[in-house]
Amino acid sequence: MSAAGDRFSPLQRTLHWLMAVMILSMLFIGIGMVSTVAPRYHVLVAIHRPLGIAILVLVLLRLGLRLRRGAPPLPADLPRIQALAAKGSHVVLYALMLAMPLLGWSMLSAGGYPIVLFGRIHLPRIMPHDDALYTVLREAHFALAFVLFAVVLLHLAAALFHALIRRDGVFTSMAPWPSHRGPAPPPALRPAPQQR
Amino acid sequence: MSKAPDAPLGARDLPRGRAALLASLAAIGLVVAGTAAAFAYTAGWLSPDRLTPARMVDALSRRGGDPIGHRRNHSKGICFTGTFIANGAGTRLSTAPMFVAGRYPVIGRFAIAVGDPAAPDASGRVRSMAIRIVAPDGQEWRSGMNDSPVFVVATPQEFYALTLASDVDPATGPPDPRAVQHYFATHPDGAAFVEWAHTAPWTASYAEESYNSLDAFRFVDAAGASHPVRWSMRATVPAEAVTQAALAKLGPDFLEQDLRRRLAQGPLRWHLVVTLGAAGDPTNDATKAWPATRPEVDIGTLEVQQAQDEASGPCRDFNYDPLVLPAGIRPSDDPLLPARSSAYANSFDRRTAEAAAWPHTNAAGAAQ
Repeated sequence: MSAAGDRFSPLQRTLHWLMAVMILSMLFIGIGMVSTVAPRYHVLVAIHRPLGIAILVLVLLRLGLRLRRGAPPLPADLPRIQALAAKGSHVVLYALMLAMPLLGWSMLSAGGYPIVLFGRIHLPRIMPHDDALYTVLREAHFALAFVLFAVVLLHLAAALFHALIRRDGVFTSMAPWPSHRGPAPPPALRPAPQQR
Repeated sequence: MSKAPDAPLGARDLPRGRAALLASLAAIGLVVAGTAAAFAYTAGWLSPDRLTPARMVDALSRRGGDPIGHRRNHSKGICFTGTFIANGAGTRLSTAPMFVAGRYPVIGRFAIAVGDPAAPDASGRVRSMAIRIVAPDGQEWRSGMNDSPVFVVATPQEFYALTLASDVDPATGPPDPRAVQHYFATHPDGAAFVEWAHTAPWTASYAEESYNSLDAFRFVDAAGASHPVRWSMRATVPAEAVTQAALAKLGPDFLEQDLRRRLAQGPLRWHLVVTLGAAGDPTNDATKAWPATRPEVDIGTLEVQQAQDEASGPCRDFNYDPLVLPAGIRPSDDPLLPARSSAYANSFDRRTAEAAAWPHTNAAGAAQ
């Protein structure tokens, strides 16, 4: 890791929170669209495809930034097992952020579907039209969505653990507000007062 | 940073009470559990009565034997290939690229609306045509059309109720005909369809039928104006009325045999005719016909050139999802459209995963 300072860069933090909203939305849109016949079905599918491709573009940018700029070091007193879990879960998160849109794009290709983003804008097929291939890709896309959701929940719990209980600067390193010396964080994001 | 505690947010070195720690843990638990519960709700796991694509297709699959490996509805069919020859008249109504005068390849399918891929052709009161037209820029238009002038139900809930009435319970045998009678007695919007089913003449040929979109759509023109439309593939072969009893004597597969016989003589043609709705014409109710006086525009000719067995044919692995639309065609507010799209996708996912139950053969047509 290069000298990343004690916080992620503003661009890294912006990307993180933007993608947090996008990925959580994608997971809900995805599970919602396969379980409804209501008019929202078409709206959800129409959002799912371009949002997935947007995530693919952003994760490539983000991965590049992460490799170039690195991440702030974890607290020295963090138990070894927690540090390992932190590193491992981030590898899994990056892998899934990259894999899910590629699997979605691939499965639509193998299913013989056009990959429509907006109106006439569509992507080329990246897999041959093949029902067996479609089945494998679709099942992987579906199963990994649950893995991604589970890791996102774990990530959320760990972030709150750092923010509320350990208060060790890990959460602050990715916090959405500008910096220590900048304006105070909004009250809702401030840690709970000591005595209540 | 790794040494010094996070000063402004800090307080980490201050003694924390047991109660504060428990409150923090509870807050974390609530956030995680709340997110998981919202996900479960969105997935429908907390709503056993929600009509889902899977429940819809389950119901379709219980009409006397789940057609493993096949489409769950319109299960018996035959593939065709051909050309859509646009005359250019459609460009006034829509920017869809396949409406520009020219020739566009088509992969399509004729079928009967039954749940059994081995059903005798005389058992299919409703016949259908599905088409997939591809424009040079890669945009696609898929459409599934039936030969009835109106659809039998207006909503997915009605479709589900009617399908349940036709389901076969393995314990009690064939469906009670009174269940379907009861459905129509309590759902008067099915009357126009029932009237057609009882009175319209049967024919012995896919070529003698016209096929209707039933659902309304919206065409969007170059100026951005949106027009409510329905469309029909109008037969050019005159219809010859035949009784259902006479059809039964023609054997189980007379429709496929007739199609191949006719195509051996030359291509078959249909005119793609677009009907323009007026203000007040229902776009959200496929059981209601529009007045016969509405303007119609002939926008091109479908030329069907070859037929292929579905097992090896090019239509087999396409989902004729009515919401695969090019720019210039949009769904209307018809609630059947999203329901068809989602249920077709579910049926497609099932049959593509069941290919072993209906192996591809390498007969002529596989390479189309």
